[in-house]
Amino acid sequence: MANLLDEYAKVAGENVVDHLRQLSAPLAGMKVVHVNSTKLGGGVAEILTKLVPLKRELGIDASWEVITGDADFYSTTKSFHNALQGNHVHISDEHLRHYEETNTENAAKLAPVLEDADIVFIHDPQPAPLLSHFPERKGLWIWRCHIDVSRPHRPVWRYLRSAVAGYDASIFSLAAFAQNLPHVQYLIPPSIDPLSDKNMPLDESEISGVFRKFDVDPDREVMLQVSRFDRFKDPVGVIEAYRLAKKFSPGLQLVLAGGAADDDPEGAVVLDETKAAANEDPDIHILLLPPDAHRTINALQRAADIVVQKSTREGFGLTVAEGMWKGKPVIGGDVGGIRLQIINDHTGFLVSTPEGAALRIRYLLHHRDKLREMGEKARSFVRENFLLTRHLREYLTAMVSLANKAEDRIEL
Amino acid sequence: MSSIEKKAKTPVTDDGGFAIKDCALAAIATGRRAQNLKELRDELETIDPACLQYHFWGGLLRPVFDDPRFNNGFARWVFQSLHNQPLAERLSVIDPTDFDGPDGLRRELVDVIEEELDRREVLPWTSREQQFHFIRSQIVVFSTKRVIHDPGELRDAVSAMTPSSVFYHFIDARRRTPNGVDDFSTWLTDLGDEKYRSLCTRLRGVDPYFMTLVEIREELMDIFAEYLGD
Repeated sequence: MANLLDEYAKVAGENVVDHLRQLSAPLAGMKVVHVNSTKLGGGVAEILTKLVPLKRELGIDASWEVITGDADFYSTTKSFHNALQGNHVHISDEHLRHYEETNTENAAKLAPVLEDADIVFIHDPQPAPLLSHFPERKGLWIWRCHIDVSRPHRPVWRYLRSAVAGYDASIFSLAAFAQNLPHVQYLIPPSIDPLSDKNMPLDESEISGVFRKFDVDPDREVMLQVSRFDRFKDPVGVIEAYRLAKKFSPGLQLVLAGGAADDDPEGAVVLDETKAAANEDPDIHILLLPPDAHRTINALQRAADIVVQKSTREGFGLTVAEGMWKGKPVIGGDVGGIRLQIINDHTGFLVSTPEGAALRIRYLLHHRDKLREMGEKARSFVRENFLLTRHLREYLTAMVSLANKAEDRIEL
Repeated sequence: MSSIEKKAKTPVTDDGGFAIKDCALAAIATGRRAQNLKELRDELETIDPACLQYHFWGGLLRPVFDDPRFNNGFARWVFQSLHNQPLAERLSVIDPTDFDGPDGLRRELVDVIEEELDRREVLPWTSREQQFHFIRSQIVVFSTKRVIHDPGELRDAVSAMTPSSVFYHFIDARRRTPNGVDDFSTWLTDLGDEKYRSLCTRLRGVDPYFMTLVEIREELMDIFAEYLGD
């Protein structure tokens, strides 16, 4: 870890890292704590895995804490997640009480760290009520929302709003997600880590190895969606799109690769629904991968002809940038953060239905030159906009900004 | 953060050097949005001036892959979401440096939109998903600790600049300096040597609207090499 910044300088450029060093200078020595609800699985944990060590290397005293809870707690927070993304979900008073009690227990455990912190980042709704347990807090508290809350189920948002309104600031991935809150709302899209196992370059042998490992035919076309088994990721819609496209490309194979996250109790149910929709088609490969199968996912994304992310709601959808980083055009749902990454006709296609996805799959499979050209544009677009170094720069900017009371111009 | 001080906003140092600075931009949601032209007009009347800066220039430092025909966020939205190409073209030719301050720019935007509203019997709406979101920008400026004293060093200095440093000295300068010009012109003019007059004129001829910051940097390097030698 000692030379992590030097490694990033090789990918992103010396001046990018130099920039980070200068921007972080006024934050040197500050205690910065990130809090979320899982150490493994999902985009938030992946980002924090690298963001925290990088901040430390820049001289910031950064740390990462994870709250704990039982199955009921995670079931409730999953309901929060679904409701905030627009599902009409009722959360009972009993579940809300349990959610609050779990946060009370975690607040007691984390008090020594949080009371003393200069800046606290609370990620997503799971630990949001922690703030209420620190009325005498010393530092600035920021709520970082990674979810698409553009059309939240109002009763649930009203409840959560009361927990997050007291923060000093919040961060959303897109302007469309920003809410009516009495504090400054920064806009920071997330990023991918080009040096991680999931995105680093791989040998051809490792890439072709995934075909053998999962019994996929390397001589036929492969479309891939990597995501949790979650209804908002629409795995059943992807199967529909595959079936429509297969009429015109009979050799087409579909790989649905997903994992389970500690804080997602619905995964098993959606996995069963997906298997039922696949109906034992031998060309549909449903892979339940462990949370640390990063190199496998990397190899699958590189091996695939087309990457799909047909979400119907999406906070950001890091798998889109991951696929683009591997030089693949991505066919994605026309929602949330996917819109920021897929530029129609340039880096991929935005679609709203399985039929739309099928049309674009057919188009790309029959225009290989276009597929390659869009893939190159996609990789370049990610290099300029969605690497971890840009993400870190914007976090540092927000921290400096907030510490300076969010004035329009801050001269350091 | 007590060590942070407000410092002078020009790049010229006490001993006549050019201090190279860099910047980072924070994008901040205002929660204000528009779904049709009338709403856009109404919001523009009262929106924070920092929003105008963001939607005219901030895109250069944010993820963009937009239609290069339209060089500000308002024009792009009118074209892409309201499908009104004539109005998008009229909004696109508005040059913020023609106005002394944000109020003049705001008035011009509102006037152009009102003319269009006067012509319209029916108001086109875009979908909720395609609303215009007003974003304001906030700039954090910091020193790179590099100072040059000889204009002959400009080409090499610019070649080593980050895109955001180019943004600070060539774009942000236009709203910061008294004459609304880039920092290089300000410095060269301050040196008071007649021989830099044609170089300043040439710099003012660089059209930053249709170039990325990297392309602007290359253009500046070419100009400095041409006028000041490699």
